[in-house]
Amino acid sequence: MEDLIITGPGIQDEEYIVNMGPQHPSTHGVLRLKIALKGETVERIEPHCGYIHRGIEKMCERLTYQQMIHLTDRMDYLSAHINNEAVCLLVENALQIEVPERVKYIRTILDELTRLASHELWWCAFGMDLGALTTYFYGLRDREPILDIFEETTGARLLQSFNVPGGLMNDIHPNFQKRVKEYITYFRKKLPEYDELLTGNVILQERTRDVGNLSLEDAISWGVTGPSGRASGFACDVRKHHPYSAYDKVDFNEILYTKGDSFHRYDARVREMWESLKILEQLIDNIPEGDYAVKMKPIIRLPEGEYYQRVEACRGEFGVYILSTGDKWPYRAKFRSPNFSNLSAINKMAAGFKIADLVAIGGSLDLVIPDIDR
Amino acid sequence: MAFNIYDLTSFNQSIDKFLYDNLPSFWAMIVEMTIIGVAFLLFYAVIGLFLVYAERKVCAFIQNRVGPNRVGPYGIFQTIADFIKLLMKEIIPIRKADQFLFNLAPFIVIIASFMAIAAIPFGLGLHAIDLNIGIFYVMAVSSLGVIGVLLAGWSSNNKYSLIGAMRSGAQIVSYELSVGLSMVTIVVLAGSMQLSEIVEAQRNGWFIFTGHVPAFIAFIIFMIASTAETNRGPFDLAEAESELTAGFHTEYSGIKFAFFFLAEYMNMFIVASIATTLFWGGWMPLHIGGWEGFNHVMDIIPPFFWYMGKTLVVIFLMMWFKWTFPRLRIDQLLKLEWKYLLPVNLFNLILMALVVLMKWHF
Amino acid sequence: MNAIINYLKELFGGIKTLLTGMSVTGYYFVHPKAIITQQYPENRKTLKMFDRFKGEVTMPHDENNQHKCTACSICEINCPNGSIEVISKQVEKEDGKTKKELDIYKYHLDMCTFCGICIKVCPQDAIIFSQGFEHAVFNKAKLIKTLNKPGSSLKEKVKEVKEVI
Repeated sequence: MEDLIITGPGIQDEEYIVNMGPQHPSTHGVLRLKIALKGETVERIEPHCGYIHRGIEKMCERLTYQQMIHLTDRMDYLSAHINNEAVCLLVENALQIEVPERVKYIRTILDELTRLASHELWWCAFGMDLGALTTYFYGLRDREPILDIFEETTGARLLQSFNVPGGLMNDIHPNFQKRVKEYITYFRKKLPEYDELLTGNVILQERTRDVGNLSLEDAISWGVTGPSGRASGFACDVRKHHPYSAYDKVDFNEILYTKGDSFHRYDARVREMWESLKILEQLIDNIPEGDYAVKMKPIIRLPEGEYYQRVEACRGEFGVYILSTGDKWPYRAKFRSPNFSNLSAINKMAAGFKIADLVAIGGSLDLVIPDIDR
Repeated sequence: MAFNIYDLTSFNQSIDKFLYDNLPSFWAMIVEMTIIGVAFLLFYAVIGLFLVYAERKVCAFIQNRVGPNRVGPYGIFQTIADFIKLLMKEIIPIRKADQFLFNLAPFIVIIASFMAIAAIPFGLGLHAIDLNIGIFYVMAVSSLGVIGVLLAGWSSNNKYSLIGAMRSGAQIVSYELSVGLSMVTIVVLAGSMQLSEIVEAQRNGWFIFTGHVPAFIAFIIFMIASTAETNRGPFDLAEAESELTAGFHTEYSGIKFAFFFLAEYMNMFIVASIATTLFWGGWMPLHIGGWEGFNHVMDIIPPFFWYMGKTLVVIFLMMWFKWTFPRLRIDQLLKLEWKYLLPVNLFNLILMALVVLMKWHF
Repeated sequence: MNAIINYLKELFGGIKTLLTGMSVTGYYFVHPKAIITQQYPENRKTLKMFDRFKGEVTMPHDENNQHKCTACSICEINCPNGSIEVISKQVEKEDGKTKKELDIYKYHLDMCTFCGICIKVCPQDAIIFSQGFEHAVFNKAKLIKTLNKPGSSLKEKVKEVKEVI
């Protein structure tokens, strides 16, 4: 029986070490959390990443800027369109190209649809993490029309690769506006159900309130962004503070809470869905006429220098850093993925809580593992 | 009621007499036991398979899906196909497991649920043993299953299994109290612990109606506590799949897993049967005082169907709970029991005693 | 006294929220019309993908078994995964000139990420996305496809050249 006892540096006696993952139903992917337990209480957590590392940053060094885009889809696959946009904005800003207004509007609408789809998937997975298995199907049901809208316009449901430097791959489908409007009316009816089924539920409140608190200082110092950071009071919405595309033309609220517990992280996302609907309503009827792309050279060469572009992805601030030597591919590409920073704070949040709370905290952070490992 | 066409007592007695006349008494007893055992085994298998199918269909409709629909019409043979698959699957031996206990655990779980079914009256005369302390026996036997769960968790030599088993232990020890007290509330009203007498006492009105407020509260508490006792959602902490992968039965495969799986559904059935017997009149048809014609129509439906119908409604209620609510945390589970259910239950017991003493019941 | 009122408030408030949740699931249980499942192999006949759906790259041929590909290899250069191989041959024409012509257009479906760049950059519109999505095969070698049909030739007079993005 001796070989069953795990020993090693940093492991004290009387600690019960449990590996959550890389194959575990609640980690949503191949994330490994090494947890030291005392009874049911979590003493400390060591996240081990890298199980789905594909070397995207390195691969980008041998791909042109048009080719890079399809790899950004595959990091945070739930905010594929937003990630694409980050690279496109970076190239456009570096070359000082002004894209048509129509492109900006369409990009913003697709961004918000992506955000809605992502938050719906998060909502259903969060419910499932807590044991409410039915939420999973309601969330997927409401996400399906969005994927149909994407499929009709971009040709793909999840990894669209619809943005190209200088505009879009294609113009929107003639049905696009009608379908989006239909969806807004549909989802405005369905969203209150989310509150009835889960938000108001006394069990969910008990499970998430005062669980996994993260103070504002910690949120800032760990770089927790997105709805998770905003639940702690960190006003980090890139859409609001550094608007890109058409976000400066719309009126929406930045959802801010101060407590930073799991419930507020949950609530921030649900409220954000309402805000996304508001943004969509303001934009969908006002798409200006114009071209869907500006003419670009077949081979894009960025001038020598360093470039950084950030956008608000579904889980936080997504940044692209590119160091160019004037070649047709970047000398170095670096992606600032929101999930990596969000995950790093998990020890701060979950230590001292129960193992069941760890699942709730992990769910409320909305981790997408391929984005962590890249 | 002058004559009940569905009374099986005389039929049973004639079989009994025939066996004892023709065989030595020892062998007669053995034959009788075998008949009952085989009948229950068949019943058990059919009910288990049906409940798995029902659960999958119910959750599918709740979740806007169609559910199993490929094997047979409406997928009714799906569970049989699944069961054959489980039978043929490899039983994976765990090298570091405590072999004896590991193999014993599924049998304890399934035997415990099998024993409880013996005391339940399915209809007039459809009763294996009519103990005079029937409720007491059912309670005692149905809580034996936790030993199997604890053994499974311990002997698997898996950390998740152990946590699951420990949770299950804490859970059943506390919720047994509420189940017992809510049963006692009904015993106070019925004045007997014999299940057949409890059913008989409900001839002119089911306890949930005659006992009105305290009986209703007792029923709600019984439903909550018994859901917890059967380890079903929202109290499925012992096998919480998002936390502990599958809890105490993580390491089991093939037919041994099927035992745990069947036992879970059978426990649900037993709990629903007890709820039916105690609160909803068992196999008694719905009678409304003064409506002679209506009562006669109700009598035509055989008692067994009354019994099954009521049980299935209660089971549906438990499925509805499971597919709606998130899971509780272990400390909240205990808080719910000790802070809410137990005080309410004690208060309810006093209320019921008062109701019985003052003859406020119908 | 306050404590008791709070206790009861907590108790009944909690029960109310649970009943609200149950009403949502109960509503869907008794409304089977809300079922959205598509029964896939059965609805294969009526299932129609959107016309922009990126199924797989195909090369359309007309009734004379002619395609538009001039074997310029722009798609091959632009493909980020190397899933396209354009193999050309030199053909001698009647007037004695040699001309480059498409021999084999090899498409590795197993490597394709469906980004759509090849179709975007093709100056002749020779390749398009088809809507087929049933790609499952038992042998990986079957995913390496030759897009030009045997014996096909280049369609003459391909005049208008689309601008490259």
